[in-house]
Amino acid sequence: MKKSILKVLLSASIILSAGLGAFAAVIAEGSTTVLPIAQKTAESLMNANPAMDISIRGGGSGVGINSLLSGRCDIAMSSRAMKDGEKADAAKKKVNPKEYTIAMDAIVMIVHNKNAVTALTREQIKDIFTGKITNWKQLGGADKKIVVISRDGASGTFETFNELALNGEKVSKNALMQASNQNVASAVERAEGAIGYVGLGYIGRKVKVVSIEGITPSIETVLNKKYVYSRSLFFYTNGAAKGAVKEYIDFVLSKAGQDMIKELGFVPLNQGKK
Amino acid sequence: MNALKEKVIKSILSITAFASIAFLIGIVVTLFANSLTALKGIDQIQFLFSSDWAPYYSPAEYGILSMVISSALIGITAALVCIPLGIGTALYLNEIAGSAQRKILKPVIEILAGIPSIIFGFFAMAVLAPFLQNIFDLPSGLCILTASLTLGIMTIPVITSIAEDALGFVPIGFKEASYALGGNRWQTLIKVTIPAAASGIITSIILAIGRIVGETMIVLMVAGGSLAIPTSILAPARPMTSTIAAEMGEAAYGSLHFSALFEIGLLLFFMTFILNFISERISKKYRLKLGQGR
Repeated sequence: MKKSILKVLLSASIILSAGLGAFAAVIAEGSTTVLPIAQKTAESLMNANPAMDISIRGGGSGVGINSLLSGRCDIAMSSRAMKDGEKADAAKKKVNPKEYTIAMDAIVMIVHNKNAVTALTREQIKDIFTGKITNWKQLGGADKKIVVISRDGASGTFETFNELALNGEKVSKNALMQASNQNVASAVERAEGAIGYVGLGYIGRKVKVVSIEGITPSIETVLNKKYVYSRSLFFYTNGAAKGAVKEYIDFVLSKAGQDMIKELGFVPLNQGKK
Repeated sequence: MNALKEKVIKSILSITAFASIAFLIGIVVTLFANSLTALKGIDQIQFLFSSDWAPYYSPAEYGILSMVISSALIGITAALVCIPLGIGTALYLNEIAGSAQRKILKPVIEILAGIPSIIFGFFAMAVLAPFLQNIFDLPSGLCILTASLTLGIMTIPVITSIAEDALGFVPIGFKEASYALGGNRWQTLIKVTIPAAASGIITSIILAIGRIVGETMIVLMVAGGSLAIPTSILAPARPMTSTIAAEMGEAAYGSLHFSALFEIGLLLFFMTFILNFISERISKKYRLKLGQGR
């Protein structure tokens, strides 16, 4: 009895170690904005190919790039391009970062359907969300109090908005907080004086989209970078990706990967072409 | 054989009884352990007395004053809704309703108790909020009043069921004695029945308030979520539970932000703990006064 258990254990451990040896481990680390994309694509790739082992860690774009430069990860996920200082650091450490744009991220400003104001500037948006402008009258609209609707401070959408539109400044305390893109849209839909922001994938017909600096957000204006509240999301690798890392990046850039990116509310790269 | 059986049953029951104590201790320890980073890393005076909450900002700000005030304000206004309605229902059921009415009313109230809070939230968001927005001409219907009305309606059954039980336990002899002394129905109710059932009624109220303060889904959906200290019940507010629910999912595990959310939870735990403690004391006091061992 005891012997057979031992046998089973022994063979199991042999199989396990053999399996582990064949595992291709990829470590991706960095931006929490990119995190959901990486998680979803990695899960799906690992399901399709059990030999793949991808672990995803958050921490922020800077943390990811630092890890890449010191060899602690294979892929740095970043919601911004590498800074000059980081590039210099890379050269010093003899790391040759290769940039892959994997998706675009865009924030759309929405207002109530009855609102006459349909175009705003970056400066105006900033003043509205930091509480300097409080009435639509100041923006050429009706004499109505502006109801600022924001996301909770921990969400990726908030983080993106805060960086792109507010340059890191604090949101007014009077802003209403909603916990999801859908909730923001429905709150804007119900309050006449409301303004809120959602990911490009969440615009419904019941709210009005505001153009920023004269540019209406759409997949085209995001992809050609004319729309200001948009940014590219990157993967950085040390040198051109190869092996399992390449397999993973290829998957993210494939039709299946880009479809997942679209599902998550980001802008896929191959949308315009097809 | 019987002795053995009894022993087994006894030990099983005592395990289940001690299980809740174990869970309670486990929860308190977890709350404390996870709050440690915040207790050490955040100036506690600022944590409690500032209403600047901006974990994303650099330097990050953690002040929960407005959330505590919001929680308290929502608790009080919701209590003002559910106490009269809940106790009124209990009195009606116990004193006035005939058996035919009771047969309909009691199950209906129990159904109300069984409705998940998110359903109340949907109702409040789709019906109540736009309605109040129109009536009071508010910029947005998501405000303290909307949340309080919803929470108040939700907790009516909590008060009714416990208070009605308490009223039912008042010995018939008390009432008969009152009638014998010439008291009419109203006098008997006010001077005899309600004081005799006071411990149960107060317990029901405090349990309801505890439920209101701890409720998360409804306030997250309809309280508005603004961080400014609310100036009226028509202003939006962001109670403690909303903040935890909205931010816990995306706060990095083990970070200061994560720990600060746990500290809010710890504070919330103490608030409900104190409420329960008070209800226990009050109900004991009234029991002794009546000389009842119940």
